[in-house]
Parts: sequence; structure tokens; C-alpha cells
Amino acid sequence: MTEMLNEYGVTVTLTVNGQTVTRTVEPRLLLSDFLRHDLGLTGTHVGCEHGSCGACTVIVEGEAARSCIMLAVQADGLEVMTVEGLAPAAGELHPLQTAFREKHGLQCGYCTPGFLMTLAPFLRDHPEPSEAEIREAISGNICRCTGYQNIVDAVKLAAAWQRGEVMAPTVK
Amino acid sequence: MATRYFGKPIRRNEDPRLLTGQALFTDDVHLPGMLHVAFVRSSYAHAWLRGVDVAAAQAMPGVVGVYTAADLGAYWKPGPLLLPPPPIANRVFNQRTQVPLAKDKVRHVGEPIAVVVAESRYLAEDAAERVVVEYDPLPAVVRVEDALRSDAPLIHEGLAQNLNAHIVQQRGDYAAARAAADVVIKRRFRYDRGTAAAMENRGIVADWDAKTEQLTVWDTTQAPIAIRNGLAGMLGLSEKQVRVIAPFIGGGFGPKIMMFYPEEVLLPWLAMRLGRPIKWIEDRQENFFATTQEREQVHEAEIALTREGKVLGVKDVFLHDAGAYAPYGLTLPINSQCTLLGQYDVSAYYSEFTAVFTNKPIVTPYRGAGRQHGVFVMERLLDLAARELGMDRVEIRRRNLIPPEKFPYDHQIIYQDFAPLVYDSGNYAPALEKAVDLIGYEQFVREEQPRLRAEGRRVGLGLVTYVEGTGIGPYEGAKVTVETSGRVSVATGIGTQGQGHYTSFAQIVAEQLGVAVENVRLVTGDTSEFYWGAGTFASRGAVVAGNAIHAAAVAVRNKTLNKASDELEVAPEDLELVDGTVRVKGSPETAIPLGELAARANPLRGAVRPGTEPGLEATDYFGPERGATASGVHAMIVEVDPDTLMVEIKRYVVVHDCGTVINPMILEGQIHGGVAQGIGNAFYEELVWDEQGQLLNASLMDYLLPTSDTVPRIETDHVETPSPLNPLGIKGAGEAGAIPVGALFAQALEDALAEEGIEILEIPLSPNRLFALVEAARADSAQGEGSTQGAAHG
Repeated sequence: MTEMLNEYGVTVTLTVNGQTVTRTVEPRLLLSDFLRHDLGLTGTHVGCEHGSCGACTVIVEGEAARSCIMLAVQADGLEVMTVEGLAPAAGELHPLQTAFREKHGLQCGYCTPGFLMTLAPFLRDHPEPSEAEIREAISGNICRCTGYQNIVDAVKLAAAWQRGEVMAPTVK
Repeated sequence: MATRYFGKPIRRNEDPRLLTGQALFTDDVHLPGMLHVAFVRSSYAHAWLRGVDVAAAQAMPGVVGVYTAADLGAYWKPGPLLLPPPPIANRVFNQRTQVPLAKDKVRHVGEPIAVVVAESRYLAEDAAERVVVEYDPLPAVVRVEDALRSDAPLIHEGLAQNLNAHIVQQRGDYAAARAAADVVIKRRFRYDRGTAAAMENRGIVADWDAKTEQLTVWDTTQAPIAIRNGLAGMLGLSEKQVRVIAPFIGGGFGPKIMMFYPEEVLLPWLAMRLGRPIKWIEDRQENFFATTQEREQVHEAEIALTREGKVLGVKDVFLHDAGAYAPYGLTLPINSQCTLLGQYDVSAYYSEFTAVFTNKPIVTPYRGAGRQHGVFVMERLLDLAARELGMDRVEIRRRNLIPPEKFPYDHQIIYQDFAPLVYDSGNYAPALEKAVDLIGYEQFVREEQPRLRAEGRRVGLGLVTYVEGTGIGPYEGAKVTVETSGRVSVATGIGTQGQGHYTSFAQIVAEQLGVAVENVRLVTGDTSEFYWGAGTFASRGAVVAGNAIHAAAVAVRNKTLNKASDELEVAPEDLELVDGTVRVKGSPETAIPLGELAARANPLRGAVRPGTEPGLEATDYFGPERGATASGVHAMIVEVDPDTLMVEIKRYVVVHDCGTVINPMILEGQIHGGVAQGIGNAFYEELVWDEQGQLLNASLMDYLLPTSDTVPRIETDHVETPSPLNPLGIKGAGEAGAIPVGALFAQALEDALAEEGIEILEIPLSPNRLFALVEAARADSAQGEGSTQGAAHG
């Protein structure tokens, strides 16, 4: 595809999960496709391609953003985090990831990266979220498997760990 | 037996991969030199195809090829009939199945006409827009009731009318029951279409290696083995040359079954023809047309009862919408027919259905798979009867439950698995009473509801029952191997779409072999790992594959004990499998690690004794003689906003019986998810078609899936009545949550809006629809006519 890009290609440089990447892309290339297919970060999933389902949510400049309604060129110069970059270190898990497992907050797991990337900034800004606040925070993410209840419980657990009220389990 | 792993809420083995973005889904497969596909799809529901001009598309940069039906040659064939009609006397069945690309005629919007192959998906879509299709539009059959009208356009040439099937099944003498009844109530019920809307759309990657003559296909299918067998046959390959991998699947719910979707048939053919790997990923809009749907039916039903509320008979005549083609046989309407009587002991039943073709997407099973309709009709009839008789709605149910001593209970009709519909086991009254207690029925009806009503609040309660036929045959198999590392591998043929198989199946093995659940690695959905099997559908994974895995694990356990008995010179009955070792009971220091025993069972010198096999491995199969019947009760309390008619669910209770439970955490998750889909089907989701068969809301902006602020917390409780039909006593649970929700909404909303006197005879509902029903009821009562429509006595 590269040879066809020369005519239209735009060079972008951005930080993805702490690494600087430079690529030449078509202006119309979606950020979701760029992350998944150009960078091979396939943990970001696409469910609707029109910003409705939240599966493709990533963190751009610290805030949740839908990568299917953003162009790769719009991310030029920005810092992007995908689910592959959520855990603090290789072999470890973010408290939300651990809590999702503890509370069975995922089934098929397809929507899960979008939920995690929506919730990570939320939890940072809302250390003591109520159930209503949690439900509001994830109301733009669709999960077809869990009925949401265990996701809500996972967020409560992760928040409690984050506040140090409950001892977080050692994660491997 | 004290279980160590079985029955425990063990967290899932598959989660770390899913949570870190490392799990492989079909669209994550990226191969060097891979081509991409976009489809040109019909923009008409019904039209003659007069021409397809691909020249402009063909000439576009990056386009490798554009193919129409004419290019397929002998490969163009209608798809297989997946299930023949069941052996029921006097059946009528007209077979019409989908085609890879439309040839002379299109029969629903979105039917594929041409396939564009290009170097990228973006370029393929650009080129698809340049394909010029010349249509000669025909009037479309949209409403199921219009399909058999004498002036209806004919969808399939060669048929006299748009008739797919006609079936009558009966038990006892309904006419006599009706004649003996004190009350007969008759109504017309409608259950409309929805879509499964798995979060992952469908997709296929196909790769042909000409040097090894191997075809590898990654497919979002629930039944990889069936797809392998079918593809091998279509492509003229040996089954051993075709490997189908169903990797992690982002939700199945039925429509991802072994459909032989056009894309599934075309991608492997294109990969072989072009000698390059090729990918197609369905987009969300395509999913609304190109993936199968459920569940339009219209029922004319009546119930005959005594004054005391004893049901003497039920008669149901219904129309079933098959969509444009009917590859799945009659599973759906048979499920409706066979689930209608539910938990009730009814000696006279007449059920007749007519399945018709329409110009809408194909209908195949989606979670619940026709069972919803039967439950809706029966539960509604009981509610109407209770009202007519002035009887409590719980009491009328109580009086008609099949008593425990009547099991196995023979309905004397044929089920979807072609076996007689015989409920294996059940104990319905305790679950009903549990639900009544949990929801606080008496207190709500006597105190809370009158108090809130006096405040002007519109609160209502629903409580309904259901059964779910689960775990049907034919069989599944499994291979269990103790590896020399001490880890255990398990291979089975079914696919997995989020049900937690990596964990629940590991628990079954861990229980027998005394190893930690995380040390059991399951491989599922890869035909190169296990050759035989049917697939994941009809809530059968845990029942059928679970028992096959159990059988194989028991065989490995016996081999392990025998081998250790030789090595330790101790009788097998004096040994136990604990913590990854075989050890002498009461003398735990005399132990051999399982891995070491596996190595000794596969020696490098000496001989394996005659009559034994190398290694600690076994393959076994399980096929139940018929399905196991799960059951349950759902109850909820709702409040309706008097101005907007928006509904808020205040409480939701499920009491469920699916026999022996492998992992209660996973089971509850299945119920939560099922209920959420049921709520969507009942109150939010509706596919809206215009009179030309155009879908007006083909996006997730317009088709409303339930979200975290509309699905309530679900309270669950369980009754365990093991199935006698399999050694583990399991019944399926996958669909239960979704089945009774429509009936539950109808009852609860009628209760909440009791002063309006509305009757709810349809699903889906919505605030708009409730408003229309309320307006109609007010207009009726203004005319002084009341709501006596359809009621007959005598």
C-alpha cells in the first residue's frame, strides 16, 4: 500500500504507550485502523465505526477518546495510550484489569479494552465514585455479555484498592 | 464427593489475555501480502438483477479483482440446508437456501451481489462504490401476515407461494378440552424482529499455502468443525487440508453459527484463486443486513380453563418469518411450539405453524431461539385468564405446574433435536416460591403498591416462569493429556464466545486430576487440535462438551492411577491425586509428580506393555439421548413515569435451575447477560422496516442496545435439580436469562398501568408504543366499550 500513499501521504509523529512513532499515512486513515493495522496494537477493538459503542476507546492526552471517529493525522504530536500500555509494567496488571478479573467483569472480552480505557481516566478523577456515577461513566460503552453489573462492581473494587481501603491482591 | 474445583466460583483462565489486549480475535490476524475485501450489496429488498458493471471498479488503483456470480462458475451453489425438517407427519417443507452472490434476483436488502478484492479495505470500499448494478425493482413482502396473500409478490420462483413450511403437532383432544371449559380466552400476539448485535462483527481470514496444499481459515464461527467439513467439500479438498480456527470470538449468541454465510464460502475460494491471504471484516452497517436475525412471529392463541383456573387445553396457530432464505430448517418455530407449555401440565395442546418467506434478512437462532415466543404467548394467556377469573396471577401458575412426581414428563410431541419432547427432571414449585419471597410479592401487592398508587405513582410487578430445552446432541468429544511439565492440555471441538470454557472445562479436569485450574490449558475452536464435534449452540457447550471432557478426564485419571500403582507398588485404590502429584493415601511423602509419571509413561527405552498406551492421555465422547430441560422464574418491579411512559426497573430477581453448576460466578454472568439482552428485546431494540423492506435504523445510534443506565442490578438464586441424562447432571444456561423477559415486561407494565386497562399483546415495547396503547384504551373507554375484544365464554 505504501507506493500508493506517496501521492497523498502525511507524515505523523505521535507517542503511543510511551514510544515515539513516525509513520506516513493517508489523511483519511482512522486512528483505530492506524493503531490496529499500522502499529499492530490489536487490543483496541472496533465495534461500530461510528462512535456509538465505545469499544475502540483509547486515552489521548490523558482523556478517553473514540479512535474510530478520530483520524490518525489528528493524533499528530499527541500522546496516545492503548490497552497494551495500561498495565504499569510488563507482567503486571492495572488495578482495573485485576478487578475486572476478580469480579467477572468480562465475558467475551471484546468490549473490555474500551471499558478499561474509559474507566482509567474516570477513576483517576473520581477516587470515590458512587454506583450512579460509575453507571453514568460507562453509559457510552456497550457490553452485550455482562449486563454491566459485574463491571460496576469491578470499578468499585478498583476504587477501594486505589484508596487503600482494601488490600489489593498481588498480581503476577 | 467433596469437590475441590467443581462448583466453585473460580476466576477465569482466559482473562489476563483479554484484559491486556493480547487475545487473538479474527480481525487481529495479519498476514504478509494480505488482500482485503468489500462487498457490493443489494440496495433493494426485492428486484431482478439486469446487469452488474464492474469495469470502472476493476480499473481502479489497488484493485486486484471484482467478482460476480457469473465468475464463480460451478462453485456457485445454494448453501446447504443445515438441518432437515423433523420427522413430523404431514409436514410441508420447501427448501430455499442462500447463495454466495445473487445471480438473477435479490431477495433482501444487503444480499451480496459482487465482491471487490483490493490491496486495502479502504481501496476495496472505494471500488465497491464504482460497481454499477442495474435493478428492476419488484414489490417486497415485508410483513409476515402479507406473505401468503394471493396478491403477494413471489419471492422464490418455482414455488406456488411464499411458503417455507407447515407443521401441526398435537397432544390430547383440544376440541374436547374447549367444550369442557368454563372459560376460553383468545388473543392475537406479535413478537417482532431484533438482532443479536454481538460487539464483534463477523469476519473471515483465509490463507492458501500452495506448497503444502493447506487452507487455513480464521472465522468468527460458533462451529469450526462444521465449517471445515463443508468448506472441504465445496473446494474439493480433503478435510485434513482445511484448518478452521475460531479464535477468541466477540460474542456469538446464535447468528455466528455454521451458516455458510456467503462471505464464508467466498473468502477461501478467493484465497485459493489469488494465491494470497485475504480478509473480510463485516462492518456494523453490514451486520444489520448480512448477519442473520430473529424473531418475527404472529400467534393466534387460545386457552381453555376451568373456573378454578386449571388449564384444560391450549391452541396456538402462528406465522413464522423465515426471512428471504431458510437454511436452518425449522428449529425456531419448533422451539416456539415446544416451549409454549413451559412449566405447566396441560393435557390438550394443538399447535400449528406456517413459516413463510419475506424480503428481509435470513432468520436463524438468536439467544432464546424461538422459545421467547412460546413463553410470551402462554404467560400472557395465563395473565389474561387470571384477570378474567379474578384470580391471583401467582396462584393460577401454582395450580398448573407440572408436579415433581410426573418427571420425566412426556409432552408427546417432537422437539428440535428430533427426539420426543420429554422433560428430564424439574422441581418447579420451590423456584416459584423462592421468587415470590425474594421479590416480596405479598408485601408489594398488599401494602407497597396500594401505598405508592395512592401517591400517584405507577408501580407494577411481573412474575413469570419458563423452561429452556438445552444440551441437545448429537455429541462432542475431548482429548485430555498430561504433559511432562505436569500441565494438562484439553482439546475439544466446540467454539467459545465468552462463556468461560477455558475455566469451567478446566475445572472439570482439575477435579479429576487434582491439578490447579490454571495448570489446565484448553484448546477449543481449532480443527487441527480436535477433529470431531458439532459446535456451540442450543446451550449445549457445558452439557455436551463438558461431559465429554469429564469422560476423558476420568479415563486419564484411571490411567494415571494404574501407572502410579505399578511405579509405587501400591494398589490404585490406595492412591490419590492431589496438588499435581499421585500419592499414597495417608503417606503423602510417597508421591510422584504427574509430569514425571507422564514421562515414565512415555519411555525412551524398554517397551510399553501390551494392552496399555503410551502417555497419560485419553479421548472420549459424550452424546445425550435428548436435551435437558432447564427452568426458572423471573420477577421484577417497575415504575412508569406517568408523563413520558419511560420505564424504570426497580428490582429484578431470577431464580434459576440448570442442574449441577460448574462455576456459579460464570453461571450468574450468563444470567445477567441474558437478562440484559432480554430487556433490550423487550423494551429498547426494534428493527424498523419501511414498506419496501428498507431497514430504517441500521446503526447503533438508532438501534438501541441496553446500556449501564438501563440494565438494573439482577438478584439471583438457584435451585439444583440435576439432569439424569448426563453423568455431571448439568443443564444448559446460556439462553435462560433472555427467554421470559418479554412476558415479564408485559405483565409488569399492565400492572403498573392498571388504571388505564391496557392489554399488552406484543413485543418489543417502548415509551411510544405504551403511549399509543394508553391512548387507544382511553379512546375505547370514552366510547364505553371497555376491553371485551376477543374474549369468549363457554
